[in-house]
Amino acid sequence: MESQRTPPATPQLELITGESNRAVLRGEWTLRRLSPVNSPLRRSLLKANENTLWDLSGVSRLDSFGATLLWRAWGGRWPANLNAPDACRVVLEHSARAATLKLPKPPAYRFGDAIAALGARVFGFADHLVAFIRLVGQLCLDFVYLLVHPGDWPLREISANVFKVGVKAMPVAALVGFLIGVVLSYLSALQLKAYGADIFIVDILGMGIIRELGPVLVSVLVAGRSGSAMTAQIGVMRVTEELDALAALGISRTQRLVLPKVLALAFSMPLLVLWTSASALLGGMLSAWLQLDLSIGFFIETLPRAVPLPNVFIGLAKGAAFGLLIALVACHFGLRIKPNTESLSANTTASVVTAITLVILVDAIFAIATRTIGVPG
Amino acid sequence: MSTVPVVELRGISTRFGNKLVHDGLDLSIESGEMVALVGGSGSGKTTLLRHIIGLTRPASGRVKLFGEDLFSGGIALQRQRRRRFGVLFQQGALFSALTVAENIALPLRELKLATDAELDDLVALKLDMVGLRPDDALLMPAELSGGMIKRVALARALALEPELLLLDEPTAGLDPERSASFVALIRTLHKALELTVVLVTHDVDTLKALATQVAVLADGRIVSLASVAATQASDHPFIKRFFAAAVTGPAEQGAR
Ligand SMILES: Nc1ncnc2c1ncn2[C@@H]1O[C@H](COP(=O)(O)OP(=O)(O)OP(=O)(O)O)[C@@H](O)[C@H]1O
Ligand SMILES: [Mg+2]
Repeated sequence: MESQRTPPATPQLELITGESNRAVLRGEWTLRRLSPVNSPLRRSLLKANENTLWDLSGVSRLDSFGATLLWRAWGGRWPANLNAPDACRVVLEHSARAATLKLPKPPAYRFGDAIAALGARVFGFADHLVAFIRLVGQLCLDFVYLLVHPGDWPLREISANVFKVGVKAMPVAALVGFLIGVVLSYLSALQLKAYGADIFIVDILGMGIIRELGPVLVSVLVAGRSGSAMTAQIGVMRVTEELDALAALGISRTQRLVLPKVLALAFSMPLLVLWTSASALLGGMLSAWLQLDLSIGFFIETLPRAVPLPNVFIGLAKGAAFGLLIALVACHFGLRIKPNTESLSANTTASVVTAITLVILVDAIFAIATRTIGVPG
Repeated sequence: MSTVPVVELRGISTRFGNKLVHDGLDLSIESGEMVALVGGSGSGKTTLLRHIIGLTRPASGRVKLFGEDLFSGGIALQRQRRRRFGVLFQQGALFSALTVAENIALPLRELKLATDAELDDLVALKLDMVGLRPDDALLMPAELSGGMIKRVALARALALEPELLLLDEPTAGLDPERSASFVALIRTLHKALELTVVLVTHDVDTLKALATQVAVLADGRIVSLASVAATQASDHPFIKRFFAAAVTGPAEQGAR
């Protein structure tokens, strides 16, 4: 009754226990037919025992999935009592043979491996350092070469990169800068009002933004925006063997890929810093005007006195240094990418994280080195 | 068994910009056939395969697989339909972050039907089927040679026990010996697994060795669908040039 309603293609297993102890299989034992009835069938297969007579004569089709399923259900050996048509037997034999082929397993993780991994990290760091220094050295050599051969300057690449990392970053940099300026001014104004020291808002905003916040803010933005793009671009070129093609064409990848990026970012970053600081100051100025009634004219007039000129140069120098750093780190990680997607994502992440960390580190060094320069009073 | 064509294309038109690639193309492929799709470079063979797989949709016309419209039915039904064919992409398209074994096991693992032990067995089986050693299982795609990539990609295409196998230039980029052994492999699989195969090829040797039928794509249409012998006898200008170039070699052809 049941078998009449189900179409004949559906795989069926009829277990006749007791005296005869038979398992009768019918239908198409293929992946497609088995998938809807997979778990109930598996449960019934478990109920069979060693003495069961397996009758496969009703099986119209058997593929390697079905064969492997049966082979595993039989515990990896031929059942004592098997009645199978030749076509099924061929497929089963193939699966049986495959089951004896041992796939190599990746070695299990042991305690020793943890120590080895730690050691590998230490050496890995040294490796990074050496590769980074080598990259910088190569760039210096390229630079000298280009000074001697001025015709070989990759000017198109540089200008394309300036457009990509500089010009195209302007809207978002302005927006972020403006909003940070507003927030900073608003928060400071709350405190200053309490002390009646309203006019010091110019000092706080001016010093903070021009000397510190502008360069660091832009760096974080650019590291996330352009650093990751540079790493990913070089990485994809590795995956698609474009780097090899360049090498085969006798084109230096440091000269054509890395140097333009580094120079373009070192050139654009100070300009971006200027632009972002300006828009942050604008935001701060507007906020101060609304909150403290500090007129914009007064703000602009006071600013040069509150913030001596050297601070602007420190900001620009920081921008150039950070830009150099971000591009170098991005290219360094890009060139280390192995031709697979996992390595691509890991190195892109590492590139951004390292760039931002290094920028903050170098910022601290700047702060110490320039502690006597440009401080008012 | 059934009389429905496995692949049925009716009035396919494809347009890229203002370039008409297919112009009302019809093709139907019967179950169990091994159809070679030939045509000049850029004539739209890969594009046609992509239509059949459903990666792209033609501007007009209908694509039917196994007698059903490719995009008919709910998501589950469409997904089930997609599992009935396997594809060997022109470049292999192996997942670069996974080992050979993981690449082959991935489609099956997705189905969550097999135990880990069964997966291992099946991977070993597929590797054996395509003539690779079990030791190759742990290699990464970047560590494989061109011929091995094709084999692994074929093993992955076979993982879901497809009824229809689509091969885009399976022998391109292989040396004559490897190419011949790959051809032999496809023929064996075609027989053993009762597959329907559609293969794109430029190689006349491959075509003669494998195809039960040749579909010639020219001027945006299938201009001929016939056995190899009948196709060779045709006097369509493109077909004449195609076989003539293979006999004399393209260099001499150019010199004449
Ligand atoms: N995504 C796309 N956008 C624009 N044009 C395309 C696109 N894909 C393909 N084409 C064009 O469609 C035409 C057919 O391309 P297709 O890749 O199908 O050729 P093919 O017959 O497989 O050639 P080959 O034998 O060289 O692989 C080509 O002229 C190609 O330039
Ligand atoms: Mg193609």
